[in-house]
Amino acid sequence: MTYTLIVEQLLNGLQFGLMLFLIAAGLTLVFGIMDIMNLAHGSLYMAGAYVAAETMQRTGSFAAAVLVAALATGAVGALLELVLIRRLAVRDHLAQVLGTFAVILIANDLVKMIWGPAPVMLNLPAALSGPVRLLPDLMYPAYRLLIIALGLAVAAGLYLFVTRTRAGVLVRAGASNRQMATLMGVRVPLLFLGVFSLGAALAALAGALLGPVTAVQVGMGEEILILVLVCIVIGGIGSIRGAFAGALLVGMVDTAGRAFLPALLRGFFPPDVASSVGPTLAAISIYVLMAGILVFRPSGLFPARG
Amino acid sequence: MDRRSLYWTLLLLLALVAFPLVAPLFELDFYVSFVRRILIYALAATSLNLVLGYGGMVALGHAAFIGAGAYAVGMLGMGGVTSGLVAWPLAMLLAGALALVTGAISLRTRGVYFIMITLAFAQMVYYVFISLRQYGGEDGLNLAGYSMLPGLDLADDRSFYYLVLALFVLFSWLFNRLVASRFGTALQGIRENAGRMEALGYPVYRIKLVAFTLSGAAAGLAGALLANHNLFVSPSLMHWTQSANLLIMVLVGGIGLRYGGVAGAAVMLTLEEILRLWTEYWHLPLGLLLLAVVFGAPRGLAGLLGPLFGGRREGAEPPGAPMAAAHPADPAPSSTRNAP
Repeated sequence: MTYTLIVEQLLNGLQFGLMLFLIAAGLTLVFGIMDIMNLAHGSLYMAGAYVAAETMQRTGSFAAAVLVAALATGAVGALLELVLIRRLAVRDHLAQVLGTFAVILIANDLVKMIWGPAPVMLNLPAALSGPVRLLPDLMYPAYRLLIIALGLAVAAGLYLFVTRTRAGVLVRAGASNRQMATLMGVRVPLLFLGVFSLGAALAALAGALLGPVTAVQVGMGEEILILVLVCIVIGGIGSIRGAFAGALLVGMVDTAGRAFLPALLRGFFPPDVASSVGPTLAAISIYVLMAGILVFRPSGLFPARG
Repeated sequence: MDRRSLYWTLLLLLALVAFPLVAPLFELDFYVSFVRRILIYALAATSLNLVLGYGGMVALGHAAFIGAGAYAVGMLGMGGVTSGLVAWPLAMLLAGALALVTGAISLRTRGVYFIMITLAFAQMVYYVFISLRQYGGEDGLNLAGYSMLPGLDLADDRSFYYLVLALFVLFSWLFNRLVASRFGTALQGIRENAGRMEALGYPVYRIKLVAFTLSGAAAGLAGALLANHNLFVSPSLMHWTQSANLLIMVLVGGIGLRYGGVAGAAVMLTLEEILRLWTEYWHLPLGLLLLAVVFGAPRGLAGLLGPLFGGRREGAEPPGAPMAAAHPADPAPSSTRNAP
């Protein structure tokens, strides 16, 4: 095992973790501020990927595709909040699970009606399709570097927004004590709308950016949703800092587990055992991580509420 | 059980017994196996209703117990153990043991964290079975044949139907006895106010864990039946959307109502079947219907039809059932509770 392989896998883990964070940030805020269990967040991620693929095909510009995906899905999110989420906010978690699961069913069929059941291609922009020499003997795909840079930029922007702006203060106030924020005169409905729409746009951004790396297909939202839920539960629901830590942890553990566990086990067990146990352990590693963290810290690593 | 609800139950039972005899007359043979599937899912949904509706534990990982039961039958079958008398109890034992272990850890957490940790354990089980390549891995496992039972040939659609019906009736009876027992009352007390029950000296954690384990074992039996029904088991039985489906059956049917799980399974599977005939895009109308249930019938369909069946439904006091908790001012259901 050489250091280049380790560096490469660390970068992969960072890239995956940052994308998870983009989706998790919106979800954890919606959870924390609106107290809504939103299973449909994955559908917004899917919508972003599909809109990006469509825009890419029409305009040929990847930048336009990403931008349009984020804006359009942000608008869809705002509409969803006005029509449905607002009414679910006054209900309990079970009603929210049912209502937002209904949105998943509807969204999946709408996407199938518009784009068909087959996966859609979202091509890499030509300028970014090649590798870059990072270290003398380490080549890394340029596109993945771009994702890492964009992910870090958005995370930094979000951090500045939450900690340095007036709107960010309201968001934090809503997350730590919604009722108190209402009583202090925060216009909560507007805050809800803004937060939900922002979360939708961020999820779509992740969908558009991950589109060329993974498959753009119906059902992609449900797969990522579970991973993202794991991230925000590990971090502590409602905490952006927690979502960031959780997402990076999940991204790193998942990537490292897949890359190194089988090889590691081969050092201790016979090859046939290692080759069958390794992938299993890698696949369940993040769930073990989450269960372990919840046993010792039942409200996650960075609980938003005291 | 009061007289009116007894009549309705007997009528329904009669219809279920008569169905396979009448079906061939109307060329509805296919639907014998369809109703059998509904009964199996009704069993699974009822088991979830015990923890969800009566225990107030929102578990999003019940598909793992169904899957464990199904795989127990499949794997034992591969190993040459085809007797249902051995395999089915073992399936329940395996699912129950799984529920005991995961429940013991999960029940330390509350609220959304409980939802998530049950989901996490179900995902672990899901991935473990995906990686078991000797048992088919992701593609699943075909059963060589039905489980062998003395005096019964499950290959005969009708015999299998009656066996499922008998098991379903037996378990519904046990379920009704359980929720009306001292244990069941304590469980509902914990749902209402765990702190107070703790102060009264009830072993809250242990009661919840026992309910969770029993529920898992019953789901395991449903899994064993499902494996025979499909003659096929695969990890997709344990995908998290299956757990969500089961949760939705209970919610649609009526959470914490005796026949909520049954009503939900029947309505959801029938709707799915009808919509599938009608359009390729059957998820969309199903989603719209779910939204209609969320906003139109917050206590589920059994709650909506409750007055029709009359009778006391001890799990359904308005301020108690979690679904109804958001409407403490809704007086309608309580007025029907003491109807003759």
